[in-house]
Amino acid sequence: MKEKCLIYLDNNATTRVDGQVLDAMLPFLGENYANPSSIYSFGGVAQKAVAKAREQIRDFINAKSDKEIFFTASGSESANTAIRGVLESNKPKKHIITTKVEHPCVLNLYKTLEKQGYKVDYIGVDSNGDLNLDTLAETVNANTALVSCMWANNETGIIFPIEKISQIIKSKNQDTKLFVDAVQAAGKIPIDVQAANIDLLSISGHKFHAPKGVGALYVKSGTLFSPLIIGGHQERGKRAGTENVPYIVAIGEAARLAKEGLEYEATEVKRLRDKLESTILKTVFNARLNSGFNNRVPNTTNIGFEYIEGELILLHLSDFGICASSGSACTSGSLEPSHVLRAMGVPFTALHGSIRFSLSRFTTEKEVDSVISIMPRVIEKLVKLSPFQNELEELRRLRG
Amino acid sequence: MWDYTKEVMEHYRNPKNVGKIDDAEAIGEAGSLVCGDALKIYLKIKDNMVVDAKFQTFGCGSAVASSSVLTEMIIGKPLDEVKKITNKDIADRLGGLPPEKMHCSVMGHEALENALSKYFKEDVAPHEKDKMVCTCFSVTEKQILNAIKDNNLKTLEEVTNYTKAGGACGNCKADIQAILDKYYGSEISKAKPILTKTQRIIKINDIIENQIATELRKDGGDIDLIDIDDNKVYVELKGCCSKCKNSTMTLKNFVEATLREMLDEKIEVIEVEK
Ligand SMILES: Cc1ncc(COP(=O)(O)O)c(C=O)c1O
Ligand code: FES
Repeated sequence: MKEKCLIYLDNNATTRVDGQVLDAMLPFLGENYANPSSIYSFGGVAQKAVAKAREQIRDFINAKSDKEIFFTASGSESANTAIRGVLESNKPKKHIITTKVEHPCVLNLYKTLEKQGYKVDYIGVDSNGDLNLDTLAETVNANTALVSCMWANNETGIIFPIEKISQIIKSKNQDTKLFVDAVQAAGKIPIDVQAANIDLLSISGHKFHAPKGVGALYVKSGTLFSPLIIGGHQERGKRAGTENVPYIVAIGEAARLAKEGLEYEATEVKRLRDKLESTILKTVFNARLNSGFNNRVPNTTNIGFEYIEGELILLHLSDFGICASSGSACTSGSLEPSHVLRAMGVPFTALHGSIRFSLSRFTTEKEVDSVISIMPRVIEKLVKLSPFQNELEELRRLRG
Repeated sequence: MWDYTKEVMEHYRNPKNVGKIDDAEAIGEAGSLVCGDALKIYLKIKDNMVVDAKFQTFGCGSAVASSSVLTEMIIGKPLDEVKKITNKDIADRLGGLPPEKMHCSVMGHEALENALSKYFKEDVAPHEKDKMVCTCFSVTEKQILNAIKDNNLKTLEEVTNYTKAGGACGNCKADIQAILDKYYGSEISKAKPILTKTQRIIKINDIIENQIATELRKDGGDIDLIDIDDNKVYVELKGCCSKCKNSTMTLKNFVEATLREMLDEKIEVIEVEK
């Protein structure tokens, strides 16, 4: 196999650990192994490191106080803690609003909550992927405990207007809490929880060059929430378990670097993404963009290749060392294609052949250029296999 | 990443016999664009022999591999032999497929069957009696029964892996289970009864009422059955039990353990609060 050179364009799935992040965390896997709760000065080193990381996260999302930051073991845990925590402290209210395109870690939790007696409304999106804000405004009522909405979508990169959403909700019901899944926004666009008036917000380290298995949760001070993991006094009693010091140090350092890198994301990463996207759309006759061009994080593009199946494309790209992902049913082991693309009404011809490329600050122009040159060849090879030759000929005539 | 065999990889990388045959004696089709995989197979038949075969497939790696290997298996074979090929033969020739991908071999087999019935001018229009079970993936009762018979399928999950039925909205799951129950009900001895959905609900209620609740009441507690969804049993703990710190222990070690022992290892008990 020709997999010697790897072209990793699946950074929305996970990212490589930044060398500086690794350097920062390693001492805490080695000599600095103390428990931060310990009283002796050896423990103080770990305690200070955790405190510094908390400051770095606070700074990253512009929270008011370090006390608003809680460390967890993943984006999923942050989301579960936020959602269950708010509902548990607000038992009489049984209404929740979310969107149809949330990540499964949120959607599946709502399915469970529905069985436990909660009413959940799912707000839809249009074909550009933009949220239906009018419906949202109509849906908030006096019984709405929580609105939960992602900041950026993992499959399409579409950004929801969180600030506006917050205004809408608060104008309808002051007491309704807003939880934002910012896992795919962190490190790609600026996050300012104060400006956007967010009550709770989750991030996950491995999406911005920290290791997998560490996340953080922001809870605005004054927001009532009950802990999910009950036990020791760590994280001010809101998340028991001895702190994972090396990983907390890592997510802190990664946040610092991500904040520094935001300018680069908005310019260079975006330039490479746009180059990749526009060239493929131009050179591959059956390619279509599965979202609007605007309001997207700078690193993501989701392209549908009509009348070809996505897993087959990924397998062939993999033979060239190219890593991407697909909203096709077959890749995930589920039988249904992406709920996000279906909510947007992407036609069936392109739905099963949708490919997501997601770049990072480590992506090079050379890598993008290789994908640009390989993509048309792979697609031409696979087009020959398709039973929809007449339809493909028609497309070629129209777009070619 | 799927754990594909060398054979599967070779076939999706370099598929054999791709394309169409313009003067084919028979063309078979299976699947659809909407469902995410679709296959056409073209047969050139002379003197009751398949002298040439070609395919076109819209689908994943294992769908292409199944079609490709199928054409290799039938070229040069007399029709009698071709008729006997099952989806299992296709999967075996590929060194096996991941369980979730078995429906790819089933689709290959369906396309072949479709071509042969057309060739022998059999009635291929769906029979009225052949009830549509899964509307999401257009799978009929007959297709499900065939998959059960050919592959010795025992569970709902297996049926979904082999036919896709039940894999989307899930509305048809009860019907599929009923087909399984009916098939095995008529085959398996009475020694190991398989309960219908309703019988199962009654039984669960019985166990909770007569064995679990009576125990809990001794300690001033109580339990209510709220809902049953497949293997998930939702209950509400009341009285002392609900306030008791050990309620999770009660739930898992006693309520769940009792139901599992009496009825089904797979049962999971979940507490709901009103
Ligand atoms: C939008 C979004 N939310 C949440 C998560 C879950 O994060 P984690 O993998 O850290 O649990 C992901 C990761 O796939 C995601 O993309
Ligand atoms: S009807 Fe079978 S999965 Fe929807």
